[in-house]
Amino acid sequence: MMHLDTDVLIVGAGGAGMYAAIAAARAGAERVLLVDKSLVGRGGATIMAQMTVAAALAEESADDWRWHLADTLEAGRGLCEETLTAVLCEEAPIRIREMGDWQVGWARRGNGRIAQVTAPGHSRPRCCYVDFLNTGPAVAATLRRQVSRIGAIRRLSNLAVNDLATADGAVVGAVALDAASGEPVTIAAKATIIATGGLTRIYRRNSASANMGGDGYALALMAGASLVDMEFVQFFPIGHLAPRLVGMDPIMWDPFRYKLGGRLLDGAGNEFLARYGSDETDAYTTPRDIASYAITREVAAGRGSPHGGVYLSFEHVPAAELREAFGPVVERLAKNGIDLARAPVEVSPIAHYHMGGIAVDERMASVVPGLYAAGEAVGGANGANRLSGNAIPEALVFGERAGRFAATAKPAGVWQDGAAAEAVERIRELAEGRKGDVAAAALLDELRTLMGDDVGPLRNAAGLGRALDRLGEMRAALPKLAIAPGRECNASLADWFELRASLIAAEAVTRAAFARRESRGAHQREDFTDSAAEFAKSRRVVMTAAGAIAASVAG
Amino acid sequence: MKTARLSVRRGTADEVPRYEEFFVPFEDGATVLDALIWIRAHRDPSLAIRYSCINANVCKECTIAVDGKVVYACTTRLVGEQPMVLDPLPGKRRLRDLVTETRPPRERLS
Repeated sequence: MMHLDTDVLIVGAGGAGMYAAIAAARAGAERVLLVDKSLVGRGGATIMAQMTVAAALAEESADDWRWHLADTLEAGRGLCEETLTAVLCEEAPIRIREMGDWQVGWARRGNGRIAQVTAPGHSRPRCCYVDFLNTGPAVAATLRRQVSRIGAIRRLSNLAVNDLATADGAVVGAVALDAASGEPVTIAAKATIIATGGLTRIYRRNSASANMGGDGYALALMAGASLVDMEFVQFFPIGHLAPRLVGMDPIMWDPFRYKLGGRLLDGAGNEFLARYGSDETDAYTTPRDIASYAITREVAAGRGSPHGGVYLSFEHVPAAELREAFGPVVERLAKNGIDLARAPVEVSPIAHYHMGGIAVDERMASVVPGLYAAGEAVGGANGANRLSGNAIPEALVFGERAGRFAATAKPAGVWQDGAAAEAVERIRELAEGRKGDVAAAALLDELRTLMGDDVGPLRNAAGLGRALDRLGEMRAALPKLAIAPGRECNASLADWFELRASLIAAEAVTRAAFARRESRGAHQREDFTDSAAEFAKSRRVVMTAAGAIAASVAG
Repeated sequence: MKTARLSVRRGTADEVPRYEEFFVPFEDGATVLDALIWIRAHRDPSLAIRYSCINANVCKECTIAVDGKVVYACTTRLVGEQPMVLDPLPGKRRLRDLVTETRPPRERLS
């Protein structure tokens, strides 16, 4: 069996993971191992990000990181872990300017200053970008280039870390499945950083890439770490629903709605946002949580569009103006049979980002020695609702901190082969194949529908209870699921591990949502429609030694 | 709902290649990748495919050959009636079914 040894192991190679690798090497780590289930630097959320990056650069007008902090705290509805939020806002300008030095290509005004626009929820022009629809790919490409120049960083693609190895209460490495060979691989690490992104793939309607099924949350819980704010899933209100749009990210409509004032209409063609207290006569100002709530209510009331969303219409905008604003995107839309001058599109809330995540301190260290987190996998910085533009700074700032502190900390424990034995044996056993009536792929499909229906933007006790029952049944079924035999690229083996992680992540969300008997930010309850002062604190989720998942109030 | 007819090449590098036929229900506009994901959930979970970003066409992982032409599965539309023949990317080492070795050499463990 293959065994690797490293100073810093980084699980997940999106924006946060790549930055963590750069920072770990910069801080003196001689052996940094950057692994990804998918291809290094190609998967994850950063590469999919289309629009803006928030940082108080003060290029367009006076700004200060404390004002960025104030805006972020307000959006977080009282739940932000303020130490983390302050780190995010204070260090974002450093990381964003550094990306500029690395030739990411921030859009600039004629006077050479970095262009900054005002995104919803920000009190001033603070959000920079590379190009419409191209910010994330440019950031990812820049980080890939930096990573490839550093000799201390070894990259491994298609290596899925499914278990962490613990010894004497510390994380000492991991056990991974090498997809191509189907063989287990053990990895001894002085420090381990989880940078696996969020969990939006557990929802039927999502903007996620394939590997965002909540792996990191399951890894952290199973290793004894706690999660925070897990009930807060950000639904992007106007994700694309119909007609089928390919070759473009489903969250592409936001900048155009922002720029042109695209109107949201119910199934009968009437405006409805005003009924939810949002006045859009002058500008597009509705925050994400309110818009998601309003659309979900309209659909639930039977006033939705044919595919179960609402209409987004640009029909009132003159064709010439549409062409100018959308540019080459007009042709890409035409290939999808979309002509905005003639017909609206259907949109719906789609799971886009997870506010919750692994509880860490300002060094990005979890409560388990040797275990760190970075990027979206971290919980707390955004509280109950994330501001537009805060996700990429979070990936870079938290990635930098995780890499630096993980590289300079004393080793938390010592590798023992015994710490990996159970996980290694499980991979070998499952790869033999197993007969059964149900496979993980079918349950993953069912899980996404269940979470969308019962743990979506609008929740109630009955639905959450139903979800918990079914999640429990599915978890109990794991030992009996069918797995096709064969080692090389065994898709049903990979599915089994994905399902195991996704069920743990889904239960963490649902337990926390069930316990929060109020509405706040992205967590909206039909049976408790108001915010309550007693719930103005974050909730922790932990796993017992027997594998039970429990939510409690922090403190 | 229309029905697409897909003939998909199966097997590992060591096995004699064979084609398996799947009938997939779809709405206008659906893609070959949509169909492959549907097959994995509803017909055969052992079908090996490679993809990551699903919609955005940024990861470039889902490159395969459809009717002999190299395409992205995520941007190739399904057609009704006429069968479509799906093969792994030519010129690359085949791992299983539609999955080929596309990792940069330095990023491989095996």
